[in-house]
Amino acid sequence: MQFGIFTVGDVTPDPTTGRTPSEAERIKAMVAIALKAEEVGLDVFATGEHHNPPFVPSSPTTMLGYVAARTERIIVSTATTLITTNDPVKIAEDYAMLQHLADGRVDLMMGRGNTGPVYPWFGQDIRDGIALAIENYHLLHRLWREDVVDWEGRFRTPLQGFTSTPRPLDGVPPFVWHGSIRSPEIAEQAAYYGDGFFANHIFWPKEHYIRLINLYRARFEHYGHGRADQAIVGLGGQVFMRPNSQDAVREFRPYFDNAPVYGHGPSLEEFTEQTPLTVGSPQEVIEKTLTFREHFGDYQRQLFLMDHAGLPLTTVLEQLDILGEQVIPVLRRELDGLRPPHVPDAPTHATLKAAADADSSEVAAPPIEEAATVGGTLR
Amino acid sequence: MTTRRLAVVTAGLSQPSSTRLLADRIAEATQAALERRGHEVVVGVVELREHAHELTDNLLAGFPSPRLRDVIDTVTRADGLVAVTPVFTASYSGLFKTFFDVLEADSLADMPVLVAATGGTERHSLVLEHALRPLFTYLRAIVVPTGVYAASSDWGAGASGGGSLQRRIDQASAQLAGLVDASAARGPIDPFDDLTPFERLLSGEDG
Repeated sequence: MQFGIFTVGDVTPDPTTGRTPSEAERIKAMVAIALKAEEVGLDVFATGEHHNPPFVPSSPTTMLGYVAARTERIIVSTATTLITTNDPVKIAEDYAMLQHLADGRVDLMMGRGNTGPVYPWFGQDIRDGIALAIENYHLLHRLWREDVVDWEGRFRTPLQGFTSTPRPLDGVPPFVWHGSIRSPEIAEQAAYYGDGFFANHIFWPKEHYIRLINLYRARFEHYGHGRADQAIVGLGGQVFMRPNSQDAVREFRPYFDNAPVYGHGPSLEEFTEQTPLTVGSPQEVIEKTLTFREHFGDYQRQLFLMDHAGLPLTTVLEQLDILGEQVIPVLRRELDGLRPPHVPDAPTHATLKAAADADSSEVAAPPIEEAATVGGTLR
Repeated sequence: MTTRRLAVVTAGLSQPSSTRLLADRIAEATQAALERRGHEVVVGVVELREHAHELTDNLLAGFPSPRLRDVIDTVTRADGLVAVTPVFTASYSGLFKTFFDVLEADSLADMPVLVAATGGTERHSLVLEHALRPLFTYLRAIVVPTGVYAASSDWGAGASGGGSLQRRIDQASAQLAGLVDASAARGPIDPFDDLTPFERLLSGEDG
């Protein structure tokens, strides 16, 4: 089981002081949060990608390369990489480069992006969102797996004899998650490739995501990647903790009430009742997070949103201390203990490389006519 | 005998409200017309006033509360809809529009709808044609030809005369009942029902 944090990278005034951090402060705060995540024993740091204020992370591989250079163990990832408006060739190159620099501690989460003007700013049309996600990812998938690619599609200039460099580290492409909050097509896409499916369910009730994840699991099995309960599922979460539950509620309420996404709408109490948001003691966070497994099945990656809505850096770092010391060790023990042996962990560079090495030695060993049937797996 | 579900959405604010009064008259007439055609009728009335805060929360948070979810389901799973609004500032009320704003796209597609409105004077009666009818046409609902507009004075007008309120109610309700009767019972529209397999997505057919 992997635990981590994901950040939107919003520059939001602290509603309790009215103070707005500069872009420089926010960017450095994101790095400090990433380093803290490794220090407290988390497995993943993921950054969003945005191309409009008040968000700063427009250049994820620059940030993640810097984080990777200053960490030893944590996986750097995205939440999400815009597969619709980025050139898939540039994604292939940027993340392969990052993969080499980070010694394989890299994966990605594909997303479509929901900011209308970003599409035309990058020469696309939001009405093509699904089609762009499907076609661009198909090209990206090939660029990481075929040394020389000839390609022609609807959205990008054709390629003849193109080799994306550097080639993926050890010939193993980064693992890919597909993030979606509502589209069955993206669950279908993740299932087809045997990739991970990340349901960021933090802003909506669980019923919708149960159907989306069950669809992904069923189609994962349909496409022959394993049993439905072996599909690779990631979930979001959002927490604010103090030792005393009432203190957590009192301190977080002004941030909740003024939060850019849901502020001035449902009350904190209604929102915590209806979504994964937990504001309370570490024990309450543990209990709520354990319900995710009951709703969605055994899953592989849990990411928490910890640093939005103008929370000051010192508070976020305190939260990460509580998360790392009091919550994650318990969740890790509980969830790993409950997971049946046949349900895999999320793939990492090491496990993917080991699988690829095993595959190639199998291919080398048997007679030629059998070997021809081995290469058909998608991963 | 088959069951038909009739949803009634009423956006009156005062209590008692003439908008609700009109909604009830239309619902009764439609129910009677459907029963004459051999249907059992289940009527679900939605008073939007009771959900005004939840509708605003839905706009801001992007999802309905469980109580509002039930109300939305009552409307989108119905076989026919009666939609009644007071006239506010030359159109339907903001509360009325908000309800239809939070519905999923396509959830009223092919739904037979009777539009009705109330107002202080007869001068607003064309709101049915320039505001309500285009709204439901945009949602790809099937709007019955006769809309019902009730001005304050209509409630005191006699039954005689070609333009009486009850006659308009009966005429519109008969049209709605005819459409509901003619169509198969409507099921909920579900985006998971017709999943596009990946090979077709890849060949450029959107979901």
